[in-house]
Amino acid sequence: MTTALGTRVVARNFGYRHASRENPALKDINFEIAPGERILLTGASGAGKSTLLAALAGVLGGSDEGVSTGELLVDAPSIGLVLQDPDSQVIASRIGDDVAFGCENLQIPREEIWPRVERALELVGLDLPLSHPTKYLSGGQKQRLALAGVIAMGARLILLDEPTANLDPQGQKDVVAAVDRVVQETGATLIVVEHRHELWVNIIDRIISITDGEDVQPAELIKVGQLPGAQPSTSKPILWANDLLCTWGGLRSFEVPEGASTVITGPNGAGKSTLALTMGGLLPPKSGQLELSDTVRGGLNTPPHKWRSADLAARIGTVFQDPEHQFVARTVRDELEIGPKIMKVDASERIEELLDRLRLRHLENANPFTLSGGEKRRLSVATALVAAPKLLILDEPTFGQDPETFTELVTMLRELTDNGISIVSVTHDPDFIAALGDHHIEVSAK
Amino acid sequence: MNLLIKINPVTRIIALMVLTTPLLLSLDVMSAAIALVATIILAPFAGVTWKMLLKRGWMLFLMAPVAALSMALYGRPDGKEYFSFLLIHVTDNSLALAAAIGLRVLAIGLPVVVLIARIDPTDLGDGLAQLLKLPERFVIGAVAGSRLMTLFREDWYSMSRARRARGIADQGKIKHFFTMTFGLLVLSLRRGSKLATAMEARGFGRTTGRTWARESTVGARDLVLILVCAAISAIALTVSIQTGFFKFLGT
Repeated sequence: MTTALGTRVVARNFGYRHASRENPALKDINFEIAPGERILLTGASGAGKSTLLAALAGVLGGSDEGVSTGELLVDAPSIGLVLQDPDSQVIASRIGDDVAFGCENLQIPREEIWPRVERALELVGLDLPLSHPTKYLSGGQKQRLALAGVIAMGARLILLDEPTANLDPQGQKDVVAAVDRVVQETGATLIVVEHRHELWVNIIDRIISITDGEDVQPAELIKVGQLPGAQPSTSKPILWANDLLCTWGGLRSFEVPEGASTVITGPNGAGKSTLALTMGGLLPPKSGQLELSDTVRGGLNTPPHKWRSADLAARIGTVFQDPEHQFVARTVRDELEIGPKIMKVDASERIEELLDRLRLRHLENANPFTLSGGEKRRLSVATALVAAPKLLILDEPTFGQDPETFTELVTMLRELTDNGISIVSVTHDPDFIAALGDHHIEVSAK
Repeated sequence: MNLLIKINPVTRIIALMVLTTPLLLSLDVMSAAIALVATIILAPFAGVTWKMLLKRGWMLFLMAPVAALSMALYGRPDGKEYFSFLLIHVTDNSLALAAAIGLRVLAIGLPVVVLIARIDPTDLGDGLAQLLKLPERFVIGAVAGSRLMTLFREDWYSMSRARRARGIADQGKIKHFFTMTFGLLVLSLRRGSKLATAMEARGFGRTTGRTWARESTVGARDLVLILVCAAISAIALTVSIQTGFFKFLGT
């Protein structure tokens, strides 16, 4: 495998239009990448970076799905693509079979497959038995598994489409280190698309802008804007817990201050999401005390997990890690109107305000599932805010967000606390903590 | 002890058919009881202890009495009548049918638990494509799809929590079930298309033909398993005919 060399990649006036869209996703793309170069591809959200990677990988589909123009030249028989969502890329139930899958498709003889599989797993640092069940892998391990599958095929061009967007910091570091090692060993050409550049700048040779094909200097990259720092809060608590035991994780005692932003941090598997769901009235606590101030309870004396759905939404809002789980309607506007309609409250003014404030007005007739990652996140926050809750809980709100959306989201959350709404976020993101960690709850594994 | 461990998944499915299909020919207590007893005695040799059998087959133990009860009440009346009310006639014949049906649910269901419940889809796919020569694209697609099923449960929980958090979960149970099912369908389609892209990106469907990393083999043990299952059903039917219990299709 060490003999496999990288491939040259050339784009000449390349363009592509999806069959269902009026405007082309890509237009007049020009660049040249030398064999073995390591490239970071940048460009605004929705500029077509993923489409370009799919075109390079040859998975854009037939002519009924879209039309391409110009030239895209890749002189490699084998190209490997790793996508963003770790869960949707696992193909087999055992890790060995998963890595072997690509080799089988390339009709590599059986005797040759298994040495390749073992070598690939070693390169990405997955030191596990071949029969290890894929369902027990963490997100970062799943991404390295997908990378191993691509290396075992002998890929001479490795394409990574936001491979670390959904991972915690340790998982991100492991994936970047694995990619670095793999490219060094195999000499393959590398093209990475990733919003958070700082992870990758140390292992890449060159940054290319998809917008004009020009080289970009690392200093020119859009970074997270200067944001006002967190403001330590001294206000009285809106929520407090004593020896609270959730369905997962250890005993917790903490307070959440009113009208401020609280962050929950801690290692993977410590039970942060479970704690957030319990605070949000979506999971019953196992034992211990979870109390809310009268501001939130609004006259209800039962614990939140026993509240009616409509009562809950008007008091505590929750924004989930995966926005798609929250969507129920066909258009953005319907998505905002359906909650108030079922709860039988008039929220038309609020909806108009949210459409403007979260910059969703121009998308009001679009299908929520077709939005970009940043737009989906804004919509999921809007659906939680439409019922005017006093407490808003967010689980990893900045996963997969580009610097621009990140800045926007942080600014908006700060506006909410300025208006007296209390916020609790589960997060791994140091920039987010710096800006919104008015109060900090550190969750340990046990 | 698990004597099945080296046995090809395809063999297990054939063995299951050999064992249970003849039981569908007759509707009597004897044949079902013999097959059931044999299954229970042999289960531990297949790595399924009696405790595991109870645990994994819980739904069957629920279904059997329900099926038996309806047969006892509404089965074709014949012989002495013990009780009747409107359409209900509890008779000698309906009671015999009830016992036969109840036992049969277990005699056909429990072998499924013993023989095929824990098959790895990849191994089954290997067998189907290499031994039975089923079309490989179809087999690989089905194997990959079966893995998506495991994500259903998580998706379902996440979706119902999200709906509750948004204030739209106070609708009736039935309506809730339908809207949730539709939502799950949409999510599954999206997951499916992402998986298809990931598979294509690894060369699936690029050319016709592929190699198989694992060789799917059958040997003497596979033959033994089929013979054992054939013997059980043969004994069950023979004894039932000899003792006069045999009732072709319940007549």
